[in-house]
Amino acid sequence: MNSHETVVYENTFPVEGKSFNNAGQVSTQVKALLQKMKIPIKIARRAAIVTYEAEINICSYADHGKIILRVTPEEIIIEAIDEGQGIADIEAAMEEGFSTATERIWRMGFGAGMGLSNMRNFSDYFHITSEVGKGTRLKMIICIDDKHLGKQ
Amino acid sequence: MTLREVQKILEAEVFVGYDQLDIEVKTAFGADLMSDVLAFAKAGSLLLTGLTNPQIVRTSDVLDIAAIIIVRGKRPLPETILLAEELKIPILGTKYILFETAGRLYAKGIVGCIETVSATREFS
Ligand SMILES: Nc1ncnc2c1ncn2[C@@H]1O[C@H](COP(=O)(O)OP(=O)(O)OP(=O)(O)O)[C@@H](O)[C@H]1O
Ligand SMILES: [Mg+2]
Repeated sequence: MNSHETVVYENTFPVEGKSFNNAGQVSTQVKALLQKMKIPIKIARRAAIVTYEAEINICSYADHGKIILRVTPEEIIIEAIDEGQGIADIEAAMEEGFSTATERIWRMGFGAGMGLSNMRNFSDYFHITSEVGKGTRLKMIICIDDKHLGKQ
Repeated sequence: MTLREVQKILEAEVFVGYDQLDIEVKTAFGADLMSDVLAFAKAGSLLLTGLTNPQIVRTSDVLDIAAIIIVRGKRPLPETILLAEELKIPILGTKYILFETAGRLYAKGIVGCIETVSATREFS
C-alpha cells in the first residue's frame, strides 16, 4: 500500500466507548461520504461494513476511541484506535465464533464473534495490534480500483 | 415482488416507509445477530429479525438492505423509527414468528440471499 499518494480526504471521528448511544453513527457518515465521493457502491459498502464492525467493537469493549478515514485516488484507509482493555489473545479473538460479549452487547445484536473476521474478509489489507490494559489498533485498506493488494 | 405484496402476505404493520412500498424485493436474510447479517446478507434483500434497536437500521444502511421486517409482533423502539426515517429504510412489523415469516415469503417466491454458506465465500 502506497500511503504516500495524494490524500483527497481525511477525517477523524471520535467514538464513545462502552456505550451504544451513538453506535453506528460514524459508519453511516463514512458510507455517505464515500458515496458522495462517487466511490463505487460495492467498495463503499465494504468500507462501511469494516468501519461498522470496528466502531461496534469500540462501543462494546473500549473506554474510548476514534476512527480515522483517509481516501486516496486508489484506496480507502480506515484506522480504528482505542484505549481500553485490549485483547489478550489476538489469534483466538480472530476466530469466527470467539466472543467475550456480555448481555448488554447481545441485546444490541452483537456477540456472534464474527466482527474481526468480517473486517479481515471485507478488506484488502488488515492489521491488528493490541496491548492488554492499553488498547487496540486496527488498520484496514480497501482498494478502490480492482488491483487487489492480497489479503494479509 | 413489491414491498406492498410482502406487507399483504405478512399482514404487516408499516412503521416506516409508507411511500416506499413499491420497491421490488426478491431475496431475504433472517438473523438476530448483526455480525451474521453483515457476513452473509446481500444488498437489496429484506432483513427479517426479532431485534428492535437502532442497530438493525445501522446494519441495513451499511449493507443497503431494502427493508426491515420485525417478526414476533415486536415493535421498533422510538429511536429506531427516527433513525429509519432519517436513513429512509422501511420497517414493517408482523405477528408471525421468524419461521412462519420466512415460510410465507418463500412460498410466494422470495428466496434466501444466499442458499448455503460455501467455503469460498464472496466478500463483495
Ligand atoms: N477493540 C477491542 N477492545 C477489546 N477487546 C476487543 C476489541 N475488539 C474485539 N475484542 C475482543 O475480541 C472478541 C472478538 O471480537 P469480534 O468483533 O470478532 O466478535 P464480537 O464483538 O464478540 O461479536 P460480533 O462482532 O460478531 O458481534 C470480542 O468478544 C472481544 O473479546
Ligand atoms: Mg465485534
